Amino acid sequence: MDITGRKLFVKALMEEGVDTIFAYPGGMVTDIVDELYKQEEIDVVLPRHEQALIHEAEGYARATGKVGVCLVTSGPGATNTITGIADAHYDSIPLIIFTGQVPLDLIGNDAFQEVDIVGMTRSITKYGVTVRDRKDLGRIIKMAFTIAATGKPGPVLIDIPKDIQNQLGDPDYPSHVDIRGYKPNETVHIGQLKRAYKLLKQAKRPLILAGGGVNIAGAQDNLRKFAEKMNIPVVTTIMGKGAMDADHPLYIGNCGMHGRYAANKAVADCDVLFSIGTRFNDRITGDLNEFAPKAQIIHVDIDTASISRNVVVDVPIVSDANLALERLIDWAEYKNTERWQEKIADWNRENPLEMRRDKGMSPQMIMEGINEVFPKGIVVTDVGQHQMWATQFIELNKNKKMITSGGLGTMGFGFPAAIGAKIGAPEKDVVCITGDGGMQMNMQEMATAICEKAPITVCILNNYYLGMVRQMQQLFYGKRYGITCLGRRKDCPKNCKGPNGNCPPYEPDFVKWAESYGVKGIRVTDQSQITDALRQAKENKEGPTVIEFMIATDELVLPMVKSGNPMSEMILK
Amino acid sequence: MSTMKNRWIALYVENQVGVLAKVSGLFSAKSYNLQSLTVGTTEHEDVSRMTICAICDDVTFEQIKKQLNSMVEVIKVMDLTNVPLHMKEILFAKVYGINAAQKEEVFQIAQVFSVKVADIGEDSALLECMLTERRNNELIALLNKKFKRVEVVRGGAVAIESISTSCR
Repeated sequence: MDITGRKLFVKALMEEGVDTIFAYPGGMVTDIVDELYKQEEIDVVLPRHEQALIHEAEGYARATGKVGVCLVTSGPGATNTITGIADAHYDSIPLIIFTGQVPLDLIGNDAFQEVDIVGMTRSITKYGVTVRDRKDLGRIIKMAFTIAATGKPGPVLIDIPKDIQNQLGDPDYPSHVDIRGYKPNETVHIGQLKRAYKLLKQAKRPLILAGGGVNIAGAQDNLRKFAEKMNIPVVTTIMGKGAMDADHPLYIGNCGMHGRYAANKAVADCDVLFSIGTRFNDRITGDLNEFAPKAQIIHVDIDTASISRNVVVDVPIVSDANLALERLIDWAEYKNTERWQEKIADWNRENPLEMRRDKGMSPQMIMEGINEVFPKGIVVTDVGQHQMWATQFIELNKNKKMITSGGLGTMGFGFPAAIGAKIGAPEKDVVCITGDGGMQMNMQEMATAICEKAPITVCILNNYYLGMVRQMQQLFYGKRYGITCLGRRKDCPKNCKGPNGNCPPYEPDFVKWAESYGVKGIRVTDQSQITDALRQAKENKEGPTVIEFMIATDELVLPMVKSGNPMSEMILK
Repeated sequence: MSTMKNRWIALYVENQVGVLAKVSGLFSAKSYNLQSLTVGTTEHEDVSRMTICAICDDVTFEQIKKQLNSMVEVIKVMDLTNVPLHMKEILFAKVYGINAAQKEEVFQIAQVFSVKVADIGEDSALLECMLTERRNNELIALLNKKFKRVEVVRGGAVAIESISTSCR
């Protein structure tokens, strides 16, 4: 018997094993919403804004490894998702975004709430299509799940006109779909891998650079085994952080713009660089001509288009991280790299990663407090200075991972992504580290956290400023703090050079704001209060806890490499 | 850095709404220099074939091919740059304001270039050309030099691989 498109939609989600859908209603999805109301297998999460909806689905997907499924209406519902979709695209997060669309015969009429969302998102989705025929609906949904989750994962957008949702058609959801233009790589070229191994074997100063692909592939164990078996030190990108346990003797730290001195020195000095699951983003390489100038470069990536795009490599290998590492582990023989490791240790002693401890509560102390109180769980960050401090000082391991917006650098990501992570992994402690600026970009989601009973710990590092840009203004723009002061009033002096004792109070008062939601709010002004506040938050299982850490305005993220400069030119003080 | 030159691709794509926009959008989004793009259905009505010419160096061309390959709607990417092929571009050129002597000249040019005079008016003539892109460029240059007003429309090149000598 034929069924409606909306019924097939829900049936498809069930057959795919979807347990949660992030959905915001609207005129062009009311039929699907009604169908979701009638079932009990899938939890429907109602966020307070569609941008945050996508970030929540991203957090959910990252925490669970499953596809994040989203439903929004046409027009503004759809356009509000665009930032989130771009974020998922650049960080390879598997999402499916279902958008409602005006009925087929109204498309092109500038109908109420009509936008060409497939066209708008073409360059930031892995695949996007409008369903134009009811008979294609099942096949297209199956395609979406296949494409989003396999190969290099990413967002897929499926636009479903209202009439398709109600039209009768085939009741079957296909178990398999053959997509002739989509064949993700499932093998590895052994010859290339042998060349790579030979290079590593001959190297005097070998180095492994692990990116986010290692974490996405779940190849952390194999990476560690390979590094240990060959005795090769490891640096990570921000997205690769956590691929090696923080306390592993072979782990140096993050490299890149705000990376550890020793990590960037090691990249600059190594003679063979084995990079895996990274696209050599400009934040990692700096000036391309000066990147790893002494090294022969091996590059393993699932995405052919990532290879030899930014950095021309000597040994390209198209492969899933796990697949390549498993082979290499079979061959790996122990190398003596003690002298090289000693050199790296010297760099670390020369310029350790350390913030000042002489002047009140530093961000490092907050991160250390989080490390102490939350040895396990998920740390989610927003974007800005606090994010860099988190990537520098938060210690990750098998039981503790980090979710952050690396590629797009989306302010407003952290809080909703943390809620999504908690929804996906309710048994885990979730800590959101955010700034006072980024928090205000999606703070309406507090209601979602409460309604979803998501007891997360929200750490707001408040420095009165949009700190990352303020830092650039301090270092490169003669301390002209244009539009970065979040406390600035209309009647403040025009050429204000920073806090001076006459500054107006900060708005909002985050503690009162939390309390207005009936949520516990704690303000921390001194380092002696850090762990106590974090413990209170950890014990509070009733709902979210907001901790506002009052930090100094002039704290900098160091080391820093100016955008476009070689990575060896680090600003250290 | 290798040299910038014309590179040719034959692209098999799904014959669906939005695919042309996606392919051309790639070129603008990534700042690739698109020289010409033609598209039409193939012997299978659900497959279209594009002939694409881009001006770029080796590294960029590799990227273009990889990026095209990674699109779900792209079925096959064929590099035609160094392949023996047959390539033609259709072009119409209308020449205005010509007297009898000049018309004579237009006919001569048509003969030399092996193109058809498709229509003729009191003081105008229409040429229908099926030449290589390069030959078409030469023809336009010549017409522009000889005559005051020339109107041109061209279709972009289509190309197909030659039949291998071993198959003859």
